[in-house]
Amino acid sequence: MSSRDNILKEVLKNQPADRALPVIDIPVTTTHEEWVEALKTRLEILHVAVREVADYAALKHLLQQEAIPQDRTVTTIAELSDVSTLIEAVKEDAHSLEDVDLAIIPAHFGVAENGAMWVTESLIQYRVLPFITQQLAIVVNRKDIVYNMHQAYQRIAGTTQYDFGVFIAGPSKTADIEQSLVLGAHGPKGMTLYLLG
Amino acid sequence: MHSKVTNHADAAIQFNLDEPRVDWHDKTLWFIREKRDLASHAIPEWEQLREYASQIKNNVLSNLSQYLQEFEKNAIANGVIVHWAADAAEHNQIVHEILKKHKVDRMVKSKSMLTEECGLNEHLEHNGIEVIDTDLGERIVQLAKEPPSHIVLPCIHWKKEEIGELFHEHLGTDKGASDPKYLTAAAREHLRETFLTRRVALTGVNFAVAETGEFVVSTNEGNADMGAHLADVHIACMGIEKIIPKQEHLSVFLRLLARSATGQPITTYSSHFKKPQPHQEMHLVLVDNGRSVHLGKDDFRNSLKCIRCAACMNTCPVYRRSGGHSYHNAVAGPIGSILTPNFDMRANKDLPFASTLCGSCSNVCPVKIDIHDQLYKWRQVLMKEGLGPTAKNASMKMMGWVLSKPALYDLSGKAARLVLKYSPFVVSNKMNPWYKQREMPAPPKESFKEWYKKNRSN
Amino acid sequence: MRVALFIPCYVDQFYPNVAIATLELLEKHGCEVTYPLKQTCCGQPMANSGYEHEAEGCSQLFAENFAGYDYIVCPSGSCTLHIKHHLHTEKNAPEEAHIRKTVYELCEFMVDVLKVDDIKASFPHKVGMHQSCHGQRGLNLSQMSELNAEPFSKPGSLLAMVKDVELIKLDRIDECCGFGGTFCVAEEAVSAKMGKDRVADHVRHEAEYITGADMSCLMHMEGILKRQNSKTKIIHIAEILNSD
Repeated sequence: MSSRDNILKEVLKNQPADRALPVIDIPVTTTHEEWVEALKTRLEILHVAVREVADYAALKHLLQQEAIPQDRTVTTIAELSDVSTLIEAVKEDAHSLEDVDLAIIPAHFGVAENGAMWVTESLIQYRVLPFITQQLAIVVNRKDIVYNMHQAYQRIAGTTQYDFGVFIAGPSKTADIEQSLVLGAHGPKGMTLYLLG
Repeated sequence: MHSKVTNHADAAIQFNLDEPRVDWHDKTLWFIREKRDLASHAIPEWEQLREYASQIKNNVLSNLSQYLQEFEKNAIANGVIVHWAADAAEHNQIVHEILKKHKVDRMVKSKSMLTEECGLNEHLEHNGIEVIDTDLGERIVQLAKEPPSHIVLPCIHWKKEEIGELFHEHLGTDKGASDPKYLTAAAREHLRETFLTRRVALTGVNFAVAETGEFVVSTNEGNADMGAHLADVHIACMGIEKIIPKQEHLSVFLRLLARSATGQPITTYSSHFKKPQPHQEMHLVLVDNGRSVHLGKDDFRNSLKCIRCAACMNTCPVYRRSGGHSYHNAVAGPIGSILTPNFDMRANKDLPFASTLCGSCSNVCPVKIDIHDQLYKWRQVLMKEGLGPTAKNASMKMMGWVLSKPALYDLSGKAARLVLKYSPFVVSNKMNPWYKQREMPAPPKESFKEWYKKNRSN
Repeated sequence: MRVALFIPCYVDQFYPNVAIATLELLEKHGCEVTYPLKQTCCGQPMANSGYEHEAEGCSQLFAENFAGYDYIVCPSGSCTLHIKHHLHTEKNAPEEAHIRKTVYELCEFMVDVLKVDDIKASFPHKVGMHQSCHGQRGLNLSQMSELNAEPFSKPGSLLAMVKDVELIKLDRIDECCGFGGTFCVAEEAVSAKMGKDRVADHVRHEAEYITGADMSCLMHMEGILKRQNSKTKIIHIAEILNSD
C-alpha cells in the first residue's frame, strides 16, 4: 500500500466523530469613511506613507514630484505608462527585475483593520515584482476599502479566480535581531499607498 | 530532530547560570506577550474568534481524511504535484529526489518547522546539498550551527553583539558592529544574491485550503516569496493537520495568527499559492510523521489544532526562564511539551513536568488547545508507564499510603515539624533543592489540628 | 449552614494561624463550621506529579471525611481545584459528586455563597496581591490578563472592604510565582528564578505584605524573601480579612 493510502486509512480510523463547522458572523457597524480613517491610522503604524489623490492626473503629478526620480521605475497600471515603464505581460525572466527601484502596482482592495492590500498575479504580471523591488507603491481606490478580513474573503470569493494572490501590509520587515524593527529585510525597504478618488 | 537530548531541568540550570541574561530573555519575550495583549484586546470579538478557530479545527480533525482527499484533488487540478510522506525519512527522501531530478545541489528554504522536525537540513547536507535558510533569524542560527530556539523568533536567545561577531566571521561585516539595521542590510545583500542564483526553493505552509487546493504562507520578510517566485521548482512541505476546510476560514486564522504571535494585525505578506507559474514546477509534500496515530488519542489529539503562533511560549514563565533549547525539540515551550511525547514518550518524558500548570498557555492559545490540562494528563500517562525515577515512584507510593492513614499522617507531620525545628542543618543544606535559594518555613509549636482539638472540639 | 473546613496538609502543619483565621472568619459570618479531624491531604502533590493512581487512598479518605456537609471551604485555590476536578475514587459514590459541587475556595465562598458585603477588618499597610494560578485560572477567582474580558477579582473585592488597606499596582498582575508543587524542587532553578522575579515586582512597588489565597505560593515567596532578608512579609488573605 502506498504511503498515501496508509496515511488516509490511519487518519480515517483515528479521526473522531464529526464536529460541526461554525457559522461565522461578525457584524460590522462602522461606516466606510471610518474604515478609510482606520486604514490610514493603521498604515502609519506600519510605516507606510499614505497619499490621497483625486484621479490619475493628480497621481501622475505626485509620482513625478515625489517618487519617480528613481533609476528604474516600472508599473503595471496602464494609466501610468507615460510616467513609468509599463509591464503588460511576462516577457522576460523574472530575474531581470532585480534592479527595479520602484514598482507601482494596483490592488483590488485594502483592509482597514490590518492595512493589508489584496494583490493578485493578474495585477502584477510577475509574482516576484512587489517583493524584489526596492520601493513599492500601491494604488487603491478609496471605495475599495473593506473593514475586516471576513469582508475581504467575501469579496475575494465574489471576484475572479487567481493563480497567486497576496495580502501586502507594508514594507518587508524583520525584528529578528533583538526585536529591533528593521524595514527592508529582503523585499521593499519602503512603501507608499496612493488612495485614489 | 536534534540528536543531543538533554533533560529540561538540567538545561534550565545551565541557562540560569547567567541571571542577567535570563532577565533579558524573559523581558524580551514578555514584551511580545504584552504586544499580543494589546493587539487582541483591541478586537472586541477576540474571544469569539478563538472559539470559531477552535471549532473549525475540531471540524478539521473530525473530517481530516475527507479534507485531505479534497485538498489533494483540487491541488492536482491546479497543477501542483502532491506527495505523501509517512514519516520524516520519507519526507526527506521525497525532497532529495526532486532535487536530484533537477540536478540541483543547492537550494533556499524559508521557515518550516516541519523540516526542522524531520531533520531535513542535516539529511540534505549529508547528501551534499547546500541548504540556505533565508529567514534572518534562521540564517543566524544556521550560521551558528544550532537549532532555532523559538518557532517564530528563531534567534530570540541571541544578543546583537553576538550576531555582529557571527556576521563579521561569516559575512565580513565590520568588527564590533552590532547595529540591527546594519546587520540586517548585510544579510539582505548576502541573501539577495542567494535568491537570484537558486533554482529550487522550499517553503513551509501555514494553511492549506481543502475547498480550493491553495496554500497560504505568512512571512514578514518576504523571503518565502523571493525564494518561491524566482525558482524553477517550489517545494512546499506541510503536516497533514494544516488543512482548513474553506477559503473563508482564512479570515479567522489570519486575524488570529499574527496578533497572537507578535501583536501585529497581520504579517506583512500572506501569500496564497494556487497554481505554479507557467515555467515552474510546484510540489507539495503532505507529511504524517506520527500525526495520524496522535489523532486517535482522545486526551491529546486536540494539540494537532496548533497553528504555530508561539503565543504559549512567549507567555510561559518557564520558557522565558529556561530558553527554547532546554526543550530539546524543534517545537519548544508548552505546545512542544504536549506534542513531542506523542512522537517519543521516553525521550520527552521530562517535558510535561517543565511547567507549573499555571494555565496561561491555554488562555493565549488562539485555537483554544487545553495545553495545561494535557500537560497534567501526560504526567499521568508517563508515570503509569513507569517512566518516573525509581526513587520518585517509591516516595510517591509511600506518600499516598501515609496520607490515606490519618494516624500515620499526624505522626509524620509532627516528625517533619520536629526535624525542622530542632535540626535545621539536617534539612537546610545544599542537598535540599528547596533550601538552595529559599528558607524553610518556621515550624509552629503545634499544628492546626492540635489547636482545634484544644479550642473547638468537645 | 453546615460548613466543613478543609485545611491543606502543609497549612495544618506549618501555617496553623491561616487555618485559625479561616475558621474564625467563617464563624464571624454565621457559618456552623466543623473541621473533620481525620483529614490529611487532598492528594494533589501526587496527582500533579503524575501519580493520580497512588492518590486513590487519599481520595477515598477525603470522600469519607467530607461527606454530608452543605459546603466544604478551603483557604487554598489549588487544593480546592484538585478536589473539584480530580476527586474520583473507584467507588464513585454519589457523595463524591456532591463534594465536587460544594467545595469552595474561601474567597469565592465569601463572595458567591455568603455574599459578604461588609467586613469588620482593618489592615493599615501597603499590600501586593498575588494571584495564584490555580485559583485564578482554574477557579476563575479573578479575570485573567490573557483574555479580552471584563476585569473582576473576588479576593480583590473582599480586600476592598478592609479598612485602610492600600493595594499596590504590579508590573505583571498575574504571572506565576513558580511554586508549582513538586516543580519547586524538580525544576529548582526556574522555580526559584520565577519566585525571585515575582517577589521583586512586589518589593519594587513597596509592598509591606504580599497576600493571596494560596499559602503554597506564599510559602515559596516567603522562603525567597527571608533568604534576601527582605522587610516584605507574606500574609494569607484570611488573616487580613480576620484582622481587627
